[in-house]
Amino acid sequence: MMPRAKLKAQKVEAAQALLADRTLPEGGAWITKARNAAQARVRDMGLPTKRDEYWRYTDPRRLTDAGVVAGALHDTKGEPLVFDQIDRIKLVFVDGVFDEQASDPLVLDGVEICQLSQAARTDLHWARDLYGSLDARAQSPVERPLASLNTAYATEGVLIRVTGKPQKPISLIYLRKSETADAMLHHVIRVEAGAEATVLENGPIATRFNQVMEVDIADGGTLHHIRAQGRDHERVGSAHLFARLGEGAHLKSFTLTANGALIRNDSIIWLDGAGGSAHVAGATVGDGAFHHDDTVFITHGAPRCESRQVFKKVLRGGAVGVFQGKILVDQIAQLTDGYQISQSLLLDENAQFLAKPELEIYADDVKCSHGSTSGEIDDNQLFYLRARGVPEDTAKTLLVLAFLAEALDEIADSAFADDLRTRLEAWFERRG
Amino acid sequence: MLEIKNLHAELEDDSEVKILKGLSLKVNPGEVHAIMGPNGSGKSTLSYVLSGRDGYTVTDGSATLEGVDLLEMEAEERAAAGLFLAFQYPVEIPGVGNMTFLRTAVNAQRKARGQEELSAGEFLKVVRAKAKDLQIDADMLKRPVNVGFSGGEKKRNEILQMAMLEPKMCILDETDSGLDVDAMKLVADGVNALRDAGRSFLVITHYQRLLDHIVPDVVHILSEGRIIKTGGPELALEVERNGYADLMAEAQA
Ligand SMILES: Nc1ncnc2c1ncn2[C@@H]1O[C@H](COP(=O)(O)OP(=O)(O)OP(=O)(O)O)[C@@H](O)[C@H]1O
Ligand SMILES: [Mg+2]
Repeated sequence: MMPRAKLKAQKVEAAQALLADRTLPEGGAWITKARNAAQARVRDMGLPTKRDEYWRYTDPRRLTDAGVVAGALHDTKGEPLVFDQIDRIKLVFVDGVFDEQASDPLVLDGVEICQLSQAARTDLHWARDLYGSLDARAQSPVERPLASLNTAYATEGVLIRVTGKPQKPISLIYLRKSETADAMLHHVIRVEAGAEATVLENGPIATRFNQVMEVDIADGGTLHHIRAQGRDHERVGSAHLFARLGEGAHLKSFTLTANGALIRNDSIIWLDGAGGSAHVAGATVGDGAFHHDDTVFITHGAPRCESRQVFKKVLRGGAVGVFQGKILVDQIAQLTDGYQISQSLLLDENAQFLAKPELEIYADDVKCSHGSTSGEIDDNQLFYLRARGVPEDTAKTLLVLAFLAEALDEIADSAFADDLRTRLEAWFERRG
Repeated sequence: MLEIKNLHAELEDDSEVKILKGLSLKVNPGEVHAIMGPNGSGKSTLSYVLSGRDGYTVTDGSATLEGVDLLEMEAEERAAAGLFLAFQYPVEIPGVGNMTFLRTAVNAQRKARGQEELSAGEFLKVVRAKAKDLQIDADMLKRPVNVGFSGGEKKRNEILQMAMLEPKMCILDETDSGLDVDAMKLVADGVNALRDAGRSFLVITHYQRLLDHIVPDVVHILSEGRIIKTGGPELALEVERNGYADLMAEAQA
């Protein structure tokens, strides 16, 4: 074992090397302050390594390596993008850069939307107290240098302030056109008291991406977040979702992940007001050179909150799935209701699932449960279906979708769930 | 309809375990045959080998449905050819709705036979009518396949599947076990409604009572992997009165 001090020194050195010839982007006073602070955090923490507690199963090097970023584009054979049939306001990013021409006008009743690049130029902005604040707060007890790196250097993203109940979802579409783009996106969402909105994200983003979404939901507000990280195989990326929930606030976040050489999703949720609820779910399908890591940290910081983590992974052909999920219950968080399940369905012997469920509870009157399983397709179920005339491939797809159902059921609106289910079906049918 | 000749089957994983040891029987179109026999004699194994479950090796003999070799076909092909097995232990499938399951099965078979798939509307109409006859309520149709169903509900669900799929050769493996008196009547009515000149049944049961409702043409006694005696409905009464001991002794002699 390397001594801690030496390890730390190496991490800091790596950060210095990475930041040496990078200058912080120009901007107004408020964002410059946040960027400076974030840059200082990165210098202080250093870059992540496989020796860090929450990087044990996933090697972070490819997410920060200085070498050339390159990966072939994926031929989707004309398949329409997910959510195509859904009426929504579209914000398009190409290789991580906002494309105004391709996007709808940023006008929708009940919400203010603004590009980060524009907001950064102003001296005063509603996001000034938010940008980088949830990232900063979430650096303890677990360090998250990739998020701070993003806060310091990101110039693209959107700032969304939900003041009412917009009729349409806000849809962030990430197209990938370059084989070498290294993108950073930083979004901030503020849901005002009693407001409610749906934010969709879909697309491969870039060959390498580092994405942060900071969400602040005021008392009684609700955010639905549905994300489809599909398509291109040859890309790596990290996405952080930070959320703070006020009293009686609700968050429902669902992520579908398919393909991608290395995708790490961190969800750091802070239940900060009594009676809030946070549901974080994920459905993953991976085949071949696929490494996917869901790392969730939910803090119950107030009484009577409910949290659910539902993660399902279907893996084959050498794919690796990781789940690290923690429920932390503060002393004041009495009557907490916490649930966590992570399950994998391994379609062959080469697939691998690594799970690390954790509970840390300081309140005495709580209900928390967690479970993790790894299994194969059930032969009895398969035979039952085939004995009724369902061909083997169809039967397997049906059983795989049944396995993923508990995660998909976390999506409140069935139109989105149905769309994603169809994609998953096609993914399996293509593989036979 | 169904012709089994000198069928020998053993466990795939353990060829020491020989289960079917020269079983022969023939079911003509429109006939109902019953199979009775002690626990472990090979009744369920016969039904699995016929319907194509993995795990068994057929070492000798043959089985044909309308002259076509069953043993060469995949399980789903056998189903499409008209074979149906009502399971002794119907399988629970969480996450798959009963209705989705039924429609997928019906349409898969229609497709395999070159027929057009049923529209959602047509399907719904038929399923509702048949479910009503079996006193299966709408809620049971919506729930995941067999999940949380009582023993009797599971068996009624098997008969509903049979009614929807309209197979030619129906094998019922202890469909009466776990049924109360009324449910047994319901299931028997369901089976009788399907009886016709072009459809045959092989009814596996331990109890004569079922055969009061579904009157068989022929009764077979299966013991240690072979049919040791074949007769009419009176054979079932004999078993009910005297058990298998005499019959087995007779076969030994
Ligand atoms: N997969 C298996 N593994 C091990 N033994 C098996 C397997 N399948 C069947 N057998 C054995 O073969 C024999 C016949 O079993 P089978 O289930 O066919 O009997 P059965 O006549 O249907 O009995 P019951 O009346 O109890 O339903 C039993 O001894 C059983 O234990
Ligand atoms: Mg049996």
